[in-house]
Parts: sequence; structure tokens; C-alpha cells
Amino acid sequence: MRKTLLTTTLAAAGLMAMGSQAQASTLEDVMDAGELRCGVSNGLPGFSQPDDDGNWTGIDVDTCRAFAAAILGDSQAVEFVPLTAAERFTALQSGEIDVLSRNTTWTTTRDSSLGINFTGTNFYDGQGFLVQSDLGVTSAFELDGAAVCTQAGTTTELNLADFFRANDMEYEAVVFDTSEASAQGFDNQRCDILTSDTSQLAALRTQLSDPEGAVVLPEIISKEPLGPAVRQGDDEWYNIIKWVLFGQINAEEYGISSENLDEMLESGDPNVQRIVGTDGNMGEILGLSDDFMVDVISQVGNYAEMFERNVGPDTPLGLERGDNALWTEGGILYAPPFR
Amino acid sequence: MSLDNLPNQPPRPKPWNDPRVRSVFFQIVAVLAVVWFGYTLFQNTITNMESRGIRTGFDFLDRTAGFGIIMSLIEYDESMTYGRTFLVGLANTLLVSGLGILFATVVGFIVGIARLSTNWLVAKVALAYIEIFRNVPLLLQIFFWYFAVLGALPAPRQAINLGDLVFMSNRGIMIPAPVFEPGSGLMGFALILALVFIFFLARWARRRQAATGQIFPVLPIALVLIPGLPLLAYWLMGSPVSWSIPELGGFRFRGGITAIPELGALLLALTLYTASFIAEIVRSGITSVSHGQTEAASALGLPGRRILRLVVIPQALRVIIPPLTSQYLNLTKNSSLAVAIGYPDLVNVFMGTTLNQTGRAVEIVAMTMAVYLFISLAISLLMNIYNRAVALKER
Repeated sequence: MRKTLLTTTLAAAGLMAMGSQAQASTLEDVMDAGELRCGVSNGLPGFSQPDDDGNWTGIDVDTCRAFAAAILGDSQAVEFVPLTAAERFTALQSGEIDVLSRNTTWTTTRDSSLGINFTGTNFYDGQGFLVQSDLGVTSAFELDGAAVCTQAGTTTELNLADFFRANDMEYEAVVFDTSEASAQGFDNQRCDILTSDTSQLAALRTQLSDPEGAVVLPEIISKEPLGPAVRQGDDEWYNIIKWVLFGQINAEEYGISSENLDEMLESGDPNVQRIVGTDGNMGEILGLSDDFMVDVISQVGNYAEMFERNVGPDTPLGLERGDNALWTEGGILYAPPFR
Repeated sequence: MSLDNLPNQPPRPKPWNDPRVRSVFFQIVAVLAVVWFGYTLFQNTITNMESRGIRTGFDFLDRTAGFGIIMSLIEYDESMTYGRTFLVGLANTLLVSGLGILFATVVGFIVGIARLSTNWLVAKVALAYIEIFRNVPLLLQIFFWYFAVLGALPAPRQAINLGDLVFMSNRGIMIPAPVFEPGSGLMGFALILALVFIFFLARWARRRQAATGQIFPVLPIALVLIPGLPLLAYWLMGSPVSWSIPELGGFRFRGGITAIPELGALLLALTLYTASFIAEIVRSGITSVSHGQTEAASALGLPGRRILRLVVIPQALRVIIPPLTSQYLNLTKNSSLAVAIGYPDLVNVFMGTTLNQTGRAVEIVAMTMAVYLFISLAISLLMNIYNRAVALKER
């Protein structure tokens, strides 16, 4: 009898002990684990896709690798978690991943009501239309009545509705839950148009059975700044993620690349010295080592290297820098000063 | 002699040693622990979500959704609310589940009976059907119907044309739609009148047969009256119904009713998959009826079809109904696989797009789970009522 009472009491106490879970520092967690958990797309050429050997490649993947290089000194210390558009925010909110780097558009609603913070933009994009060329359509304003394939849970889906409503046109939304499925729907002619961010359209077009049979229409109907996001409420972590990307953009601006890094370490330019950590304590105030950008640049490269390697003119996507060029070169890529 | 004077009456135990008191006490403790655990879980979630800056609450249901849905049974456009998207998704789920249950039952009963046929070929064809459809994962079957069968149909401009009325393309099947004009209400009234009349006629015929043994031909009368009365009304009112015929215009067909291929593929897969299980349930039900019953019925001179309808099936139903209920529940829940091919059911529309646009994961998942629970309980309730009606009456 006494034993039963004791067991019940203990069980109740055990339940009570499950109070609210304290929020630990993400930086400490990552340091302890020796690995960064990064949420990426489940397969989008140029952004995040496993290659034939199972290594993840892409600009979103390299962004993660840069974080791992800065924090852990090893760009390979990343566990990539492939996520669909519908899964991504829950994965970040619940702590399944430390950072989300999955061609995600920065919007007011997402920034303010999901408990997440966007840290910057690693790709400026806009929404466009891919059309079967045998339809003979040359402008997005000729699309009245078309069936449109798109991906569930994206800003694309909303922009699409806005565009057709604003121009008083009808459409039929065929919504799939992955970008491959929507591309497949387009390939099977389930729909006349595939809509997505133009960079994605370029990527998905390469996967069609007949890439020449489809054309991208000239109209861009939205702004899509894509970038990494972290959980709200951990400012230390937020700052680190924000400044690694800014660091890469500043590195490009001051001409620091993985190829000339050794020379740059000898440089007398204070701007360069602050980035490579030979002067100042930028790393320390962020909670990292002072030479964290050296690890990033030597292992991943500056922004230009990341862009050229994954989506640039020499890749299957063949994208020009365009808006993603530095502000000094006619683009809108602008990082706050490293000082 | 009063009871108090009985010798060796054991003393009443102390409350903490009384087995009845103890059992009640521990049941109360267990219930309190469960309630308290649930409450803590709830509070914990709310507190944690607040501390992480995640918005909570159901206010999003009143906000404008702003996204399109390909198929809706109720009126819907982008300017309506998220709450409306819930209803659109729910209606689509109920449609595919309802049709699926209906078709799966019909196909399942036919195949189940065919499986027991004395005709070797019929029995083996039924066996092959059951083994193939029962043993291939449902998701693969959905993909098969969607991509390999319906996806292989030609584009709208090369659509298969059946008499300029019905068109089949990879955008779905387009059929003419009736347009009801004033005066067509009388046709509906005529149809109801015919149905009510047949219902009472059938009841009267059954009673008369029970009393006198005479058979009254209800079926031929029904076959004439049910289409006949509305047609009479149609003629009297001067053709109040016109037809909207699908016509190719621009990218797609306009007019008529379009059954989207997502619905077709999902319905085919759900029906054929579940029917293979129902067939086995029907077979087990029929074989459970003792052979003596069939022999007795044929000794009375009943023909084969009547033996099946009047003797075997009523007894088999007792065995069939409980597992059949489980299959109905499975079918309803399996309809959520719609998300794989983009059929706009509750999971796709509400738990997919709406969840993502609003970020209210906990609320939306809870609502969706509650809906499936409610639908399942409702099906169980109806089937249990029916089961009670067919169960063996013990007198």
C-alpha cells in the first residue's frame, strides 16, 4: 500500500518537473554538438541539391557552410535537413534546425508573426512565368484562363492570385507540395504555365524533358528577397548569422577572395584588416574568434565566388549578377560596414 | 434475531484498507493526473509560443486568404477568408470520401461475390484483382492513375471529343451542365413525389407479400415513374432546363462541368484499393453463413439470386458490417493523401497553404485533427446504428 502511494507521488512530481523549457543559447548548442543543423530545400538546382556523390551543393548550401566555417572553423560541419516549403517554418520554430537557408522570401507577416527573424538577403529574386512555347504567348498579360502550376505555401501562390485579380484575368491554380512536383505537372502539360521565382524557373527549366519547348516570359510580377532566417529571441545567434553573410559581401567589395587570401592577410588596408581579423575585434564582439572570416573565405569564398560557383553564367542555370551585383557595380547588394 | 447479533461479523475495515474506497480514490487520482497533464501541456505550449514571439489564436480565420483554389463545391474566390478555405477543403474531403465509400462498397460487393463464383474464370479474375490492388501501396496507385493514366490524355486543344458534348483531356473530363431556369422547380417536386410514392408502394407490397404470398411488381413501376414524372413536368413547363456545353476557348474549355484529373485519380485509387479489402470482407461474411442455410433455401425452391438476397446476405451482413466500418474510416483518412497530387482537400488547402500563409501551425493542425476525428466518429455512429438494425435479434 505505502509503496503504491509512493509511486503515485513520484509520478506526479515527475510530471510537475516538466515545467517550461528554458531557452538555451543556440551558439552554445551548436558548439557543443560540433555541427550546425541547416534547413535547405529538398532539391533545387543552384540553391540546394545533393550531387551524384551525395554532397549538397548550391548557394543556400554554401551560405550554411559559411556559417559553419565561421562558428566551428569547418565548413563541412553541417547537417543538412531537406524541407518542403510547407515544413520549413515549423522546423525552425520547433528547434529542429538552427538556421533556415531555403530560398525563403522575406515578408512582413513571416518576420513578425512566425517567431522568426530574417537575417539578410543572399539572393534578390522576382516572380516570373514559364510557358510552353507552342502556345505562342509572349506576355504575361495574354494568360487569361490559363492553368498555372505552383508550389503550396509560398508567396508565389499569393502573388499569382494578386496578379490575375489586378489584371482582371481568370486562372486555375494547380498546387503541388514540392517544386519538382509542380515542374512535373508542367512537363506533363497539366498546366500551361509554371510560376515561381525566376531563378527557380531557370533551375526547373533545366530539368524539363524538353527545356527548349518552354520560354520564360519577360514580366517580373513581384519582389522576392531570399535569405536565411533564425528563431526570434536569441540576438547573439541572430547577429552571427547576419554578419557572416555581410562579411562575405564586404569581402567581395574589398577584393578579398579565397585565391588572394594569403596576400590579403598581409594587407595594410584597415578595411581589409578588420575583415580578415588582423586588426580590430569583430569576431570577439560577435562571440566568435577574430579570424572567423578567414575560415569563411578560405573554405567557402566571398559572395561573388559563391554566386559564380552555383548559379553564375558558367553553371547550368546561367544567371547574370543583375540585381545581385554589388551596389558599386550597378546592383543592389549592399552590406553595412564591417567596423 | 437481528443481524447485529450475528456471531463472527467481521469489523468494517478502516477506509484506507477498504478495497472499494481505495479503488475509487485511485481512479480519481488517475483522472486528475491526466487532466492536469493535459492542462500543463496546453499552458506550456502557449507560454513557449508567446516567449518565442509566435502569434496564437483563431483571429486569422477572418482574414482574407488571397490564394486561389482549383475546385470548390461552395462559392469561393481569393477575396474570401481563411475560414472559408477551411470549408472549401472540408467540402472537397467529404466529396471524395463520400463518393469513394459509395463506389468502393459497390465494387467491393461485386468482386467479393464474384470471388465465390462457381465460374472458374470469374473467380480467378476477382482473385487477381484483390491480390493486385490490396498489395500495392495506395500512394503508388494514386501516382499511377494520376501520372500514367489521366496524365497521358491529350492536351485541351487535342482533347478526345465524344459527340461534341463530352471532352477528355489532361485537364480533366468536361461534361455538359444543366442550367435550371424558372419552372424547373416542378421537376424536382415531381421527382420527390415519385420517390415517396415508390417508397410507400414498396412497403405496401412487402406487407401484402408477407400476408398473402402474392408478389407485386414494384421495380418496373419504379423504373417508369422515377424518370417519367420529372419528364412529364419538363414537358408541361415547356423545357425549363437548358444545357451549358463545354467549348474550347483560349487555353481551356469554358462552360459545362469540369471534373479535374486530381479528383478522378484520387477517387479511382481510393475506390479500387478499398474495394479489394471490402471484397475480402464480403467473402468472409458470405462463407460464414452455414451451408445448411443455402441448402434449406434451395430445398424450399428459391432461385439462386433470391437465396443470396433473402437468406445469405442478411446473415452475412452481421459479419460484414463491423470490419466494413473500419474500411470506411480508412478510406476517409486515406483521402488526405490527396496532397501528393494536389487535389484541394482539407489537408492540402487548410493544413498546407493556409497554415503556411498564416503560420498558425498548432491551431490549424488541431482543427484539422478534430475534423477527421469528428468525421470518423460520425461514420462509426451511423454504421453502429445500422449494425444494430441487422444484428441477430435475441428474443
